[in-house]
Amino acid sequence: MIPRGSIGRRLTLLLAGVAALLSLLSWGMVTGLARQAAERTQDNVLAASAITIAETLRSEQGEVRLELPYSAFSMLGAIGEDRVFYRVTAAGALLTGYADLPPPDAVLSPGQVVFQTATYSDETIRMAAVLRVVLAGAQPVPVIVTVAQTRQGVDQIAAELSRLAAALSVAFFVVAVALSAIAARTSLRPLNEIAAAVSRRGPSDLRPLRRAAPAELAPLMSALNRLMDRLGQSIRRSEDFIAEAAHRVRTPLATVRTQAEIALHRTLDETERQRLRGIIRAVDESSRSAGQLLDHATVAFRADDLARDPIDLAALARQTAATLEATAALRDIRLSLELAPAQVAGDAVLLDSALRNVLDNAIKYSPEDTTVRIQVATSDGMGRVTITDEGPGLGDGPVEALTERFRRGANTGGIVGSGLGLTIARDVVAAHGGHLTLQQAENGRGACVSLVLPLA
Amino acid sequence: MRILGLALGLILSWASTAFAYEVEEERFYPGTGPGVLRIISTADLAVFAPYLAAFRAKRPDIGIAYTVTSSADLYQAIRDGAPFDLALSSAMDLQFQLANDGFARSYRSAMTADLPDWARWRDLIFAFSAERAVVVVNGERIAGLPVPATRQELIALLRDHPARFDGAVGTYDVRESGLGYLFATKETRSTDVYWRLVEVMGRLDPQLYCCSGQMIDDVAAGRLAVAYNVLGSYAAERLARDSGGRVQILRMEDFENIMLRTAIIPRHAQEVEAAGALIDLLLETGLRDTAGDWPLPPLGQTGGADGAGFSPIRLGPALMVYLDPLNRRTFLAEWENAMEQR
Repeated sequence: MIPRGSIGRRLTLLLAGVAALLSLLSWGMVTGLARQAAERTQDNVLAASAITIAETLRSEQGEVRLELPYSAFSMLGAIGEDRVFYRVTAAGALLTGYADLPPPDAVLSPGQVVFQTATYSDETIRMAAVLRVVLAGAQPVPVIVTVAQTRQGVDQIAAELSRLAAALSVAFFVVAVALSAIAARTSLRPLNEIAAAVSRRGPSDLRPLRRAAPAELAPLMSALNRLMDRLGQSIRRSEDFIAEAAHRVRTPLATVRTQAEIALHRTLDETERQRLRGIIRAVDESSRSAGQLLDHATVAFRADDLARDPIDLAALARQTAATLEATAALRDIRLSLELAPAQVAGDAVLLDSALRNVLDNAIKYSPEDTTVRIQVATSDGMGRVTITDEGPGLGDGPVEALTERFRRGANTGGIVGSGLGLTIARDVVAAHGGHLTLQQAENGRGACVSLVLPLA
Repeated sequence: MRILGLALGLILSWASTAFAYEVEEERFYPGTGPGVLRIISTADLAVFAPYLAAFRAKRPDIGIAYTVTSSADLYQAIRDGAPFDLALSSAMDLQFQLANDGFARSYRSAMTADLPDWARWRDLIFAFSAERAVVVVNGERIAGLPVPATRQELIALLRDHPARFDGAVGTYDVRESGLGYLFATKETRSTDVYWRLVEVMGRLDPQLYCCSGQMIDDVAAGRLAVAYNVLGSYAAERLARDSGGRVQILRMEDFENIMLRTAIIPRHAQEVEAAGALIDLLLETGLRDTAGDWPLPPLGQTGGADGAGFSPIRLGPALMVYLDPLNRRTFLAEWENAMEQR
């Protein structure tokens, strides 16, 4: 499987991108608003100053008189350290102030303050102009008061607020990214939980997943469940097929064997007899292999829905030994039983199959005129069936590998076998919650196989 | 060098004629390098020489041409674009107007950053000394009378003893002295007793002066009993100390005028770097904690022992209000009415 990016990372990046965009947007907005607010404040101060000056206008002896009020100028220092310019004109003639200040663009109406931005003395200035009509004698004289200020204070306030907004935006962004990461992880948790639940399962557990999952994961879940269902069906079908095949092979083989034995008894020709014995041995092997295949299929089938009947391991061992007594006797192999009662809960058919395969192996690999020991004992809450032979042992290869399907020991020599026996035993024991141990016999010769099962 | 000095002196004299300002004092200090820092200042050489000496010790390569003129002439010279690299003035309103109208050049250094906000404006104008206006009295001439501590008490004193103070009260002629005008306008805003005081003085045949030095001299000589609103420089204090009680310096407790001596680098300056270096030196002495030997008081320490009520005249657009010709005319008319009652 090639990992192509992580959903979590992608989600986090996406959310972080959104957060960055929002941060940038909010910064820009705050900066704009701050500038606007600062500009409006300056406008208000300029307007107040111009109005204050206009209010001191009076006429004396037919002339417009003016005394610049101190407050009109001191208030202009409120925003920042801005240069101040002013001009008062009466009927177009300069009364006082800076003559070269740009004239107001708009036509003024009395009492209304007009603002305007212009360039003066190499700097951008903001101007507020107000018109007041003063009666000088009988003549109404229009007086225009203009107060102007550079924009350094506004720039400074706006820049400060902008810096503050930038810091806040960065903080917001950092918090948003952290939250995004948490959110991404939280939203992906059900997925991880399902993955964990699937990987926790045993190798043959193909039951459908029954978990509460978010709606988005329902298709995945049902697809997974359908896949497992199909997989289970397919496995069952192939096991059925194997069982059927084994069964079908075994019955004709039994017929062939019987016929071969009859022929053996009837013929006197030694060469012929020899050939017939070979046939019988080969049929026996085929029959055993077919039996093991059947056993294996049975184990796979029955382990899914394991029966929990009370079984005495000692009784089981005795019974199994009895069925193999004849085979052993053929090669002068003695079966010695050392039995102590050990109650377990399980499937009698499966346990018999496991025990039979192990015992069969032991007999098969034992030299003639030796003893195979079968012991049943209990210790630490476990029942233990140990089968020890005096055969070639388990060889030098990895012992655990011998339980793999169709794997045979390195020192099996010319002895025929399918390599399924230990696999069956292991699967059965594992299905019962126990385990299989393989080791060399204590005297260094022969193998010692133990089926360890929890006591009921 | 002498020839060079002479030549420069000639150039300066020529310049002064071209730009129409009255040179009161002039001095050229040659430097080892070709650079010459041209300073126009209102401070007498006697006051400012130690600063120049300190600067020359630091920067021997720079020559200095020091020109003393009145604050009004200084203002006009800089406005007319006279070739100076540094303008030092006690008229903070005129200096402010120069800075506001774009005749100053911005300067920034570690020293200017250390200045408190009230001592600078826009990196254009820097205060390096804060000086208060005081009342100087002749102890002999007011012997037996209560020493006034407030303007109210001063008014009472003058009013109750017209014979003793007749013709013996001195103050700035605000029409002539920019500093006197600045003090006067500040006082009209700060206290309502100012006009009453002016009226009382006006009845006593007041002597009007252009400069505080002459006023102090006249008090010391006994020609004046009281001099009002004198710039309380160290020179005055030293004189008071040396006179053995004959000259006394009184600080008004109700309200004090504190003026900032300021520096600007004119727009047409050429030796900007040297001018900045001298500003840094002035600020260093201005920000010192101890009084030291410098002729001008530092910025912060002017509050004296009490420290309270230290409020120097603010550097800000409000300084321009009374510079407006209309306002000036109105104020002077009012002042003349009060001061010249006879």
